[in-house]
Formats: sequence, C-alpha cells, structure tokens
Amino acid sequence: MSIDTAPTVSATALDATSGAATRHDILHRLLMTLGPILAALVIAGCILLAVGVDPLAYYGYVLEKGLFSPLGIQQTLTRMAPLLFLAAGLIVAFRAGMWNLGGDGQFLLGAVTAAASAPVFIQIMPSWLALICSFLIAMVVAMIWSLVPALLRAYQGVNEIITTLMMTFLGTSLANVLVKLVFRDPGTTVPQTRTLPVEDRLPRLFETTITSGLLLGLAAIIIVHLVMTRTAFGLKLRIVGANPRAAVHSGLGVPGLTIAVFAISAGLAGLAGAVDIIGVQGNVRADWNPAYGLAVIPAVFLARMNGFAAIGFVFLLSVLSIGGESAARRLGVPNHFTLVLVSIVLIVLALAEYFDHRYSQSRRA
Amino acid sequence: MSSLSSSSVAERDIVALEGVTKRFPGIVANDGIDLAIRPGEVHVLLGENGAGKSTLIGMLSGLQQPDEGRILVDGKPTPITSPRHALSLGIGTVFQHMMLVPTLTVAENLLLGGPWWQRPRIDELAARVAEITSTLGITVKLHAKVSELSLGEQQQVEILRAMVRNSRLLILDESTSMLTPKGIDELGALMRRLVEQGLAIVFITHKLKEAAAFGDRISVLKLGRKVGEIPPERFRALGEQEIISEIVELMFGKQKDDPEAVERPVRTVRADAAPLLQVADLAVAPTDNAPGLSSISFDIRPGEILGIAGIDGNGQKQLAEALAGQRAATGGSVRLDGVAIETLSVGERRQRGLRYLTDDRLGEGTVGTFPVSINFFLKQVGAAPFWRNGIEQRAEIDRRAAQLVRDYDVRTPSLKTPVARLSGGNIQKVLLARELAEGAKVVIFNKPTYGLDLANTLASRQRIRDTAARGLAVLLISTDLEELLSMCDRIAVIANGALVGTVGNADDARTKVGRLMIGLAA
Ligand SMILES: Nc1ncnc2c1ncn2[C@@H]1O[C@H](COP(=O)(O)OP(=O)(O)OP(=O)(O)O)[C@@H](O)[C@H]1O
Ligand SMILES: [Mg+2]
Repeated sequence: MSIDTAPTVSATALDATSGAATRHDILHRLLMTLGPILAALVIAGCILLAVGVDPLAYYGYVLEKGLFSPLGIQQTLTRMAPLLFLAAGLIVAFRAGMWNLGGDGQFLLGAVTAAASAPVFIQIMPSWLALICSFLIAMVVAMIWSLVPALLRAYQGVNEIITTLMMTFLGTSLANVLVKLVFRDPGTTVPQTRTLPVEDRLPRLFETTITSGLLLGLAAIIIVHLVMTRTAFGLKLRIVGANPRAAVHSGLGVPGLTIAVFAISAGLAGLAGAVDIIGVQGNVRADWNPAYGLAVIPAVFLARMNGFAAIGFVFLLSVLSIGGESAARRLGVPNHFTLVLVSIVLIVLALAEYFDHRYSQSRRA
Repeated sequence: MSSLSSSSVAERDIVALEGVTKRFPGIVANDGIDLAIRPGEVHVLLGENGAGKSTLIGMLSGLQQPDEGRILVDGKPTPITSPRHALSLGIGTVFQHMMLVPTLTVAENLLLGGPWWQRPRIDELAARVAEITSTLGITVKLHAKVSELSLGEQQQVEILRAMVRNSRLLILDESTSMLTPKGIDELGALMRRLVEQGLAIVFITHKLKEAAAFGDRISVLKLGRKVGEIPPERFRALGEQEIISEIVELMFGKQKDDPEAVERPVRTVRADAAPLLQVADLAVAPTDNAPGLSSISFDIRPGEILGIAGIDGNGQKQLAEALAGQRAATGGSVRLDGVAIETLSVGERRQRGLRYLTDDRLGEGTVGTFPVSINFFLKQVGAAPFWRNGIEQRAEIDRRAAQLVRDYDVRTPSLKTPVARLSGGNIQKVLLARELAEGAKVVIFNKPTYGLDLANTLASRQRIRDTAARGLAVLLISTDLEELLSMCDRIAVIANGALVGTVGNADDARTKVGRLMIGLAA
C-alpha cells in the first residue's frame, strides 16, 4: 500500500511550491488592485470630460493639494488619524462577519462626549490624564451605543446591518441634540461645544501641523491586525465570521464574542471621534457630520480587511478627500465627486474580480 | 441486465473521456484517464480516498475543466463549461457534499435553475416528485426548510433533484453513505430500472458489496490513474466474492477474503463498573419538520460501545447535539462520570471529556477556508501548547498537525491547504484525528466512517475499538448496520425520536435490530 509514504512525500515537496505560489499570488493581487484603480481613474476622467472639466487638471489639483504641497500632505496625514481608528474597528467587525455600519453614529457620540468632557477634565487634572479620561469616556459611550444591535444579534439573530444603520441615524441626531441642548458653549452664539484650547490638544508631530493622533491610529490598526491574525481571540472571531455553525460546534461562546466584536468595533469608532476632536477640531459644532464611517468602508474592503493594506488605502482616501475638496473648489466640481470616484473604483474592482474568477475557472479551476 | 451493453461500439458512448488530466497545486488529481460511459450501464467508480473520483465527476458536471485531454459527448468533443451546460447536455449529478440552499425549502431547491421569467410550477413538481418517491420508497418533505433536514434526508433530496431533471446520465457520488441497508437496496433496484430504460449511471461508492451488487462495469482509480476495469462480460461471469477480491487487489494490491467480514468485538465490559455516561429521560422539542426526542434513557459503561441504529432523520442528530450541548433539551438529565452536565455549555462539556464527532463535516465540522493545520485545533483555540498567553504558536501547531496528518494518513498537499480542498474522506480523517486525540472520556461518533475508503474505514473502526478498550464510553450512531454489528456491545434502535428497543450484540442481533427498525418488537 502506498498509504504510508504518499502524504509525507507530497507534504514536504509541496510546501516549497506553495511558497512560490504565494509570491505569484501577491503579484496577481497587486495587479488586480492597481489595474482597476487606474481604469476607474480613466472612467472618472471621462465623466469629468463630459461635464466639461479637464480631468488632468482635476487629478493634478488633487495630487498637488493632497500629496505634494507641504501643507496638503500634513492635512492628509492628519485626516488619516480618525480614519485609521474607524478602519481598525471595521476590520474587527467584518472579519468576524458582522456588518457594523453604525460607525458614524458611534463616531459622533464619541466626538461629542470627548468634546464635552475634555475641557472640564482639563481644569481638574493634569492634561495628559484629562485627555486619557476623555478618550475612555468617548470609547465607553460608543460601546454602549452598540449594545442594542449587539444584543439583538447575539440573542435574537436580528440582522445587524439594519439595526446598526438605524442606530446611526439615532446616534447622529442624539449627538446634535446633545450639542444644542446639553453641552452648548454659553460663550458663543453658534451652537457648539466648549472649545479645547490648542495647547491642551494632542501634541503635534515635530515642527509640523500633523497630529500625533496619527501615531495612535497607526498603532490601533496594527494592533488590531496582529490580534486578528496571531491570537486565539482573533482566531475565534474569524471562526465566527467564516462559519458560525462551526463556532457553535467548537464550543465558542458565540453570543459573548458577538457582543465583544460590537464593543470593540464601536469603541474604536468612538476613539476615532475623540481623536478628531481632541487632536484637531477642539470642539463639535452642531450638525457636524463628516461621514467618515461610511467613507472608510470601501477602503477596508479594498484592503480585504488586511490592516497593513488598509493603512495604504486610508492614505489614498485621505489624499483624495483633502485633494478632492480643493480641486472641487477650484474647478467648480461638486465636492462629492470624490465619493463618485471611490465608488467607480469599487465597481470596477468588483467587475475585475468577477472576470478574474471566470477566467481562472475556465483556464485552470 | 440490459442486452444493449454487450457490444462495445465507441460511438454509442453517451460520454467518453480521453486522456483527461487534472492538476491541482501540488497534486495530479486525474492522470490521463480514459473512460467510456454507455447507456444501459451502471458504471461503478472505485478508489481510495483522494484517488480522484470526485474530481472526475467535477469535470463531467462542468464544475471544473480538464487541463489535458478531452470529453466526448455523443461522440463529439464537447467542453462542458458550466453546471448549467452539463444539465442541458443531460448530465445530472448528486455531489458528495450537499449543494442545497439551506434557507430555502425542498421544493424551492428542486425548482432552482428553472427559467427566471417563469413562475415556478409547484403542482407539476409535486406530481413528479410523488411519482419518483413512490418508486424509490422514500418520503420527502417538500415544504421543509433544508436546514431542518438531517444529512441523510438532504441526500435523498439531492438524488431526487437529479432525477426530476430527466437526465440521460446520472452521476451519484457516494450517495448511499447515509442510507440504511434497505434504502440502499431500493436505490440499487431503482438504478437497475433506470438503466433498463436506457439511462447511463455513474455510481461512486466505498462499499464493495454495493459495487458488486449494482454495477455492470467497474473502473478503479488509484492516485489519479485508472488502474483497472472490469467490463460487463467479465463482470457477469464472476461471482460477488470474486469481484470483490479482484477489486481489492486492484485498489490495495493485496488479497483479503472478505474485508468487511463482521468481526464481533471480544472486549469484556465490566458489568459492575459505574456508567461513564448516564442519560435519563432526555427530551427535545420537535420542530415542524424534524422530530424531537422523547424520554431517551441509556447508560454506557467504561469500555462499552453503544450503537444507535435507525433511518437517518429519526432524531440521531438531535440526540447527538443535545448530548454535546449544541441543542437545548427540554427535560431529562445527562451525567458524565456521575456529574450532571445538562446545563453546561458545549465548551464546558468538552473540557470534561465529552467529544462529539459530527456527521456534517463541511457544515459545522470544519471551517473550509482555514488551513488543515488550524482545523485540527478548532476545538482547542487558546489552549496550551498551541497558544501561549493567547498568542498562536505556529511551530507547535504545525508540528502537531504534521504528526496527526501522518498518524491518520490525511492526504493533503500541505498543512496550509484550505481543508475544503481535500477529498471528502480526507476531511473526515481530520475530524477523526481531532476527536480521538487525548483527553476524552465519552465520545459520540455520528457516522464516523462516512466517506472513508475500505482501508481507512477498517483502520478507523479499529481506532474506535481501541478507544473503548482504553476505558472510554462510546456512543456510535450509524445507519450502517454492518458497522454497528462489527463494533457495538449493545445496539439501540431510534425511531421518531424515541429509543424503541435495545438488543445485545449476539448472533441474532441482526434480525432483532431489523425487526425493531420496521416497527416490530424484537
Ligand atoms: N479544488 C481543489 N483544489 C485543490 N486540490 C483539490 C481540489 N479538489 C480536489 N483536490 C485534490 O485532488 C485529489 C483528489 O480529490 P478527489 O476529491 O477527487 O478524491 P476522491 O477520490 O473523491 O476521494 P474521496 O473518496 O475521499 O471523496 C485530492 O488529493 C484533493 O486534495
Ligand atoms: Mg470524493
């Protein structure tokens, strides 16, 4: 019988080939990501042409403002801080197969609580401690906000896409109400929270205007990536995401893990709000909603929920949004054209994926 | 037997394979295979686990394309580009692993694939299904959700689905693995009727008796190559035993008299030992389409194997899940080594030494996209030495996984291969290795050898016997009476969620169990 020899022989022989295959895979991946992005830029360019705008000028302005001007790149990097936190939260949720689409509500509630608490804490304790406390409060509030969808999903199996979206509408309204009615700064006429003095905000990096929140964001997303890929906890979450029935069969406490996922994901969204307020804005104006939560979702998808790739895509998104704002102003294109661009990228990527799949099916399968 | 199959003119082949080769990363799954599939013939495909049978079927049914060689349909070279294309060519397939949509009802699943602009014709379907099921002697609950059905019932739906489509060529990949002996005989008779009407059938099985009883022609695969064929003329000239021994020689290269001959266990269970597993009055609420459990009671002593016989879908899954903690019981008690465990969670029960080998290896037994190595430890995530302080210890995991792969003869290109890429039998070996590894006191086996080839079936049965001999209590759920007779000390029969009787495994056990299964007193 060949039974005894076959597996060992092939197992050793094949580990080598699979290594080579991985390198090929990475190249393929890269091509499959960059190709569609280029194609999407061309398509978006055609749209710009159609509305009478020179696409080269548009892209030129985007790059100039978002990437190459010293001021612009600093703004871009600063913008990355909250986006990285949000991306980290989404990675946890998506890898566990839970679609937390309530990032914006959680973000705003985190932002408002941070904005309301930081100026108060600063007066009664050392500023580093005050900032930490504000971060924690923002995180906890966002976590609590996620509890309703979490419990519904964990114990009733209610689809979290719907509940988190509903909670995000409620959350943004609640944040507004809080700004206008509860935390309103009596010293100003515009409805906004009290402003955190610039010297008490997160320090800037070196001689630049880049917030040190960027480092916190990078740390958050790298830690999340390592936890998801290297630890038992991360593996449990991935099992729940990949095959919930296998998770039950393996004896994992799925309801508990579900609640943990929502808490972590929302907590990171709350921190994103806090880092934007404590690092950059200093206060929350009524009706302020940058909608970062939704903007980050495509970036996380494009990165296939890989933390390091997500850093790259978040950077790209920041360049686009900072550069896009400026280019739009200069060329009279609607500000939302960046969103159009991002969605074209997504659609082209999905199509590329589909055809790649079809092709490999018919070629080698 | 049909008179059509006597002369062998090539152009009468419905489908023919010529030099078909299929490679996967690290493995040649099919290597230059020639095969002729004729109307009026049951063509049995045999081979060890991982020999390449399902891969061959995959190419015939349009799931995959050959790397080399060609497929002729009605004598014309025809690339079969998709499952839909295969169906339109008249090739209907029952795959080894269930391909039904769990959230849809049986009727909806059967109607899938019809033209999208037409309203599904439920009435027509019901009539057609009634016709087929009555000849098959099975009952199918058309309005049950697939997720409510046991795997055995799902398998029947799969068979039905292939038949509803009026195929000219019907391919059955291990479709008898969950049927009772009676169900298997009925399927055999049905196949015979179908080929007499001029259909062609490809039938894959690991049970050599079925091959000898139902086949007209046998092809044997080994490591991706076709190593032998018994054409109909020779087939008819040989007796069952001669066929079986010839197959065994082709497959394993050595002679055995009757490989599946019943070896009655010669273990001695100490009658005075305290039971390791005590189940009293266990009850589970029924759902619309699945039976519950009512007052299930039994004891298993250390070293004892208790068998559960019965037609699949009579509460076996519910019993196993209730014991393992995956399903809420509505009453009764379960004691493990004297300690009540009925309120504990799945993980806590496992920690106390309860093991459950599920029969749903892809649905819940494994995470298909995860590597083989991780799947060995799915139930131990976070435990030392594979995780330390919550950090994964790659080297330790790989070392142990490599050892299990060797011990259990799992054929995998590498430890990193996603487990769903393995052949059915090899996935089953991963599950067996996982549940039999250290720390167990009571093991529930639900169809442990389902999908294993002969050599591995025998090896696994021996492992289970050894497990019991080490002083563990074993609950063995199976639809295969031979398996139960060859291993158990006592056999209980389950019907409609209740144990209808228990018999000691003595000489008359076969008839007694048989009587209990058809509702008579033992
Ligand atoms: N999609 C795939 N990707 C990679 N390897 C595959 C794939 N499908 C099958 N294989 C490999 O091809 C070989 C043959 O597998 P196949 O499923 O055809 O075996 P089989 O004869 O059906 O075995 P079993 O009796 O266990 O079902 C196995 O080594 C398997 O690991
Ligand atoms: Mg197979």
